[in-house]
Amino acid sequence: MIAYNFAYLDEQTKRGIRRALLKAVAIPGWQVPFASREMPLPYGWGTGGIQVTAAIIGQDDRLKVIDQGADDTTNAVAIASFFRRMTGVETTTRTAEATIIQTRHRIPEQALTEDQVIVYQVPQPEPLWKLIPERPVARRAHALSDYGMMYVKLYEDITRFGRVSSAYDHPVMVNGRVLMSPSPIPAFDNPKMDAMPALQLFGAGRERRLYAVPPYTPVRSLDFTDHPFHPGRADGTCAFCGSTSSYLDEIIIDDHGTRRFLCSDTDYCAGRIEEAERRAEEGGQ
Amino acid sequence: MAFVATKGGEDAIAAAHAWRADRRRGDGEGCTLRQATTSFGRAIDRVMAEGALYDPDLAARALLQAEGDLVEAAFLLRSYRATQPRLVDARPIDTTAMRVQRRVSAIFKDVLGGQRLGPTADYSHRLFDTGETAPESAPDPVAAEPVSPLPSAMGILGGETLLEAIPAAGHDAPPADLTTMPLDFPASRPIRLQALARGDEGFLLSLAYSTQRGYGNTHPFVGELRMGEVAVSVVPPELGFAIEIGDIVVTECQMVNQFTGSKTVPPQFTRGYGLSVGHADRRAMSMALVERALRADELGEATGSPAQDPEFVLSHCDNIQATGFVEHLKLPHYVDFQSELEIIRAIRRQADEQRAEDGMDRKKEDGDDRV
Ligand SMILES: [Zn+2]
Repeated sequence: MIAYNFAYLDEQTKRGIRRALLKAVAIPGWQVPFASREMPLPYGWGTGGIQVTAAIIGQDDRLKVIDQGADDTTNAVAIASFFRRMTGVETTTRTAEATIIQTRHRIPEQALTEDQVIVYQVPQPEPLWKLIPERPVARRAHALSDYGMMYVKLYEDITRFGRVSSAYDHPVMVNGRVLMSPSPIPAFDNPKMDAMPALQLFGAGRERRLYAVPPYTPVRSLDFTDHPFHPGRADGTCAFCGSTSSYLDEIIIDDHGTRRFLCSDTDYCAGRIEEAERRAEEGGQ
Repeated sequence: MAFVATKGGEDAIAAAHAWRADRRRGDGEGCTLRQATTSFGRAIDRVMAEGALYDPDLAARALLQAEGDLVEAAFLLRSYRATQPRLVDARPIDTTAMRVQRRVSAIFKDVLGGQRLGPTADYSHRLFDTGETAPESAPDPVAAEPVSPLPSAMGILGGETLLEAIPAAGHDAPPADLTTMPLDFPASRPIRLQALARGDEGFLLSLAYSTQRGYGNTHPFVGELRMGEVAVSVVPPELGFAIEIGDIVVTECQMVNQFTGSKTVPPQFTRGYGLSVGHADRRAMSMALVERALRADELGEATGSPAQDPEFVLSHCDNIQATGFVEHLKLPHYVDFQSELEIIRAIRRQADEQRAEDGMDRKKEDGDDRV
């Protein structure tokens, strides 16, 4: 009695989402309204990203889903299994093997290619929301490129803290025209968005907005010439793979507060360990 | 390695689901679908309203699956609804043709067709029903058969033009559909009504209550509150004429509110409208109060109260959206938190260095003084 279409949504709805995505690609960074549907996962769990993925996924795709950089976090596991169940497509944890990567809060360490699409889950698409809660007013600011207040906010941070205090979701200027939320990725990931060969799609289900950054589009993190943008990471080394350049999770390993660092990108970390083992074997022979 | 356990996984999810299923069944068989349908009618009505889908059986199923959590049940219904193709739009229901079970008007002592209480708890004593006190002279419920049609109790006001005509829908014709387009502002009246109709009952109730306490007062009177079955009809394109496809129970509330007018424009009472699927007095009345409050700007009244702000009310009345976003805070946020940690440590380090430097300067100054 209860049967579901390929990728859950009916074809008409998926077509509507793809139309909105085309508009989004045509105006990089611009928030396009769309008729967001209720998905079987709650708002805030990535319904926007799930709808985008559902609209673009085909039989031959290979999907990777990460949350906090990891494939094995509960939410990532739940979304990946949802798509396996609703589409029958293969999921993978390997960044290089995926054609679609749906993510919450991170961009993989390994550079993405032209053959890939990265789908971001976005809680709050409006980068000005803390400054202007009324969305129609914010929309006017975008139309007029009136972003002075955002610079004032950054300036206030600098006078107060000596630096910009946004550690994640640091606003970016897309194609020199539209101020955009990169979603709550750490500032460390912002530079990866710039001129990325992969198509970047963003879905905000609850706020009913989609936006996109086409391949090779300039994406600049907002800053000042005398206070340049500063992507931070914990000053540490991955306890597993020894990486000194990846974004790290801080893990407390005992009751005395002993800290260790691990790569947040589990696939990147596992890949490096494999590579090291392979090299050690070759060296031994 | 111990710290791998900080990340969850497939097994953890499966175990959580199994535990929940076990808890739901309890010691016995649990409640059957039939028992739920017959015993929890008002809960089912609310789930259908907030789930925006009229299907009592599915709503009962949702209620059971959600362990009685109404918002979760509405969510189940909504996400199922999202997968269903839209075949045809129903024609507007005609509530004047309702088979009325309940109909009261607070503005007239008696109305044409009479005041009819119907199956209400309004005049019950809120005492636990022990099952021993059934009055021997209980009336035969059959004596209170539904009646139809029953003219609107407010007709007399309209006839005298003391009541405004039904407010215009706005620029949209046919009315915009909230489920196929995103909520946007300014929102037309049909969109506002659609958003309120599926809005959270608690939120609507509290907002309505706030208008009664001075935050956007509308001087409301219940012109009429009616509940009963109405026919739903559609015009299939291949037939070209209307056919009835079923009946649904709805509750409709027409509020009569403070009048507008001036020396030149004859004063008229204004309207607030509420409609809910199922038997839902509280919901329909709250909706009518909030709907009227949202018209403050249009009617040139003073604004500034929460219930009068369409963007505030409509953006936050959907409990599926609200619960999702509030509860999503329990998902992992450790990457963002890590970046905050790095920033706060860096700022603290800077502050410490600055303090140390200042201290050194002061010592130097003190030293200079001693010379
Ligand atoms: Zn590592």
